[in-house]
Amino acid sequence: MKLPPFQELLDAHREDVYRFLAASVGSNDVEDCFQETFMAALSAYPKVAEATNLRGWLFTIAHHKAIDLHRRRKRPEIPSGDFPDLSTGIEPELFDRDLWIRVQALPAKQRSAIVLRFVDDLAYRTIGEVIGCSESAARQNVRAGLARLREEIKE
Amino acid sequence: MNDLKTLLSDIGDLGDAAESAAGRFAQQAGELVDIAFMTIDSPIGDLVLAATATGLVRIGFDNETGVLEELAERISPRILEYPARLEQSRRELDEYFMGRRESFDMPLDKRLIAGFRREILSATAKIPYGGVSTYQEVARKAGRPKGARAAGQALGGNPIPVVIPCHRGLRTGGGMGGYAGGTDRKEYLLRLEGALR
Repeated sequence: MKLPPFQELLDAHREDVYRFLAASVGSNDVEDCFQETFMAALSAYPKVAEATNLRGWLFTIAHHKAIDLHRRRKRPEIPSGDFPDLSTGIEPELFDRDLWIRVQALPAKQRSAIVLRFVDDLAYRTIGEVIGCSESAARQNVRAGLARLREEIKE
Repeated sequence: MNDLKTLLSDIGDLGDAAESAAGRFAQQAGELVDIAFMTIDSPIGDLVLAATATGLVRIGFDNETGVLEELAERISPRILEYPARLEQSRRELDEYFMGRRESFDMPLDKRLIAGFRREILSATAKIPYGGVSTYQEVARKAGRPKGARAAGQALGGNPIPVVIPCHRGLRTGGGMGGYAGGTDRKEYLLRLEGALR
């Protein structure tokens, strides 16, 4: 089985993985999760079983790193009323605001499914492979996550 | 309720942030990188330099395709752009191309050079700067007096050209012979070294 040079994977997928992690864990932790994801990928790379879906494989690692991070830290408190502007002044820290704090507080599979679907534009089948469920369960996770977000925003 | 989906999709451009995170990753990956590579420009075009932990393992010309893919297959796919490991090679090659260096000191990894090719290439490495030899002569020094043709082929398969000076091997009878980078580059190197005028 032929595996491409790892640099090719990094070049081709770094932005998508970064977007996934920024949306899943927020601006403060995206860097650490990104480094952990690619370090784990590089370490395991020569033994990867299938060269056919390396993109999905990378997202699977990122999905697990995001779960680890959320386990390590307490879930962010969802403030009521006005949300603090956590912008550092360098660039708008979009992922630290209202909607994304709620996304980050979703159950892991719903969170990853939502982010993979809308931020990274993945097909439901691939989302299922990444989070470890069927295509229809992936749809269900997206539906449930959206319903919950809508409910919370309405309040 | 499509507003929510639109909001979720609209996250702006994170390309620059991802690029700098990827750059930091290459710095941190250090020990895990089996093959570090970088591209340098030179008077004979861009060169890809690749090194294992042992040393310089491959130099590729820009007319060669699949240099890194071949290394991924033959050595390891853990390949990253990681110039720090190639600093000495880059510096010595720069000096060579400026005419200020006649031989190289960087450590080499010769794992891609096996058997007869290794004997031929070590015979070639003894041809001094500014000199040339014939395939036949190189074969004789490698202990294969009838191996001129095979010697030519072995030189053509040199994974570390320029540093291992296969360009100093000429066709028996005086023709330039072939070169992985093309005969123009071979001529350039021989002129640089003063072997051709």
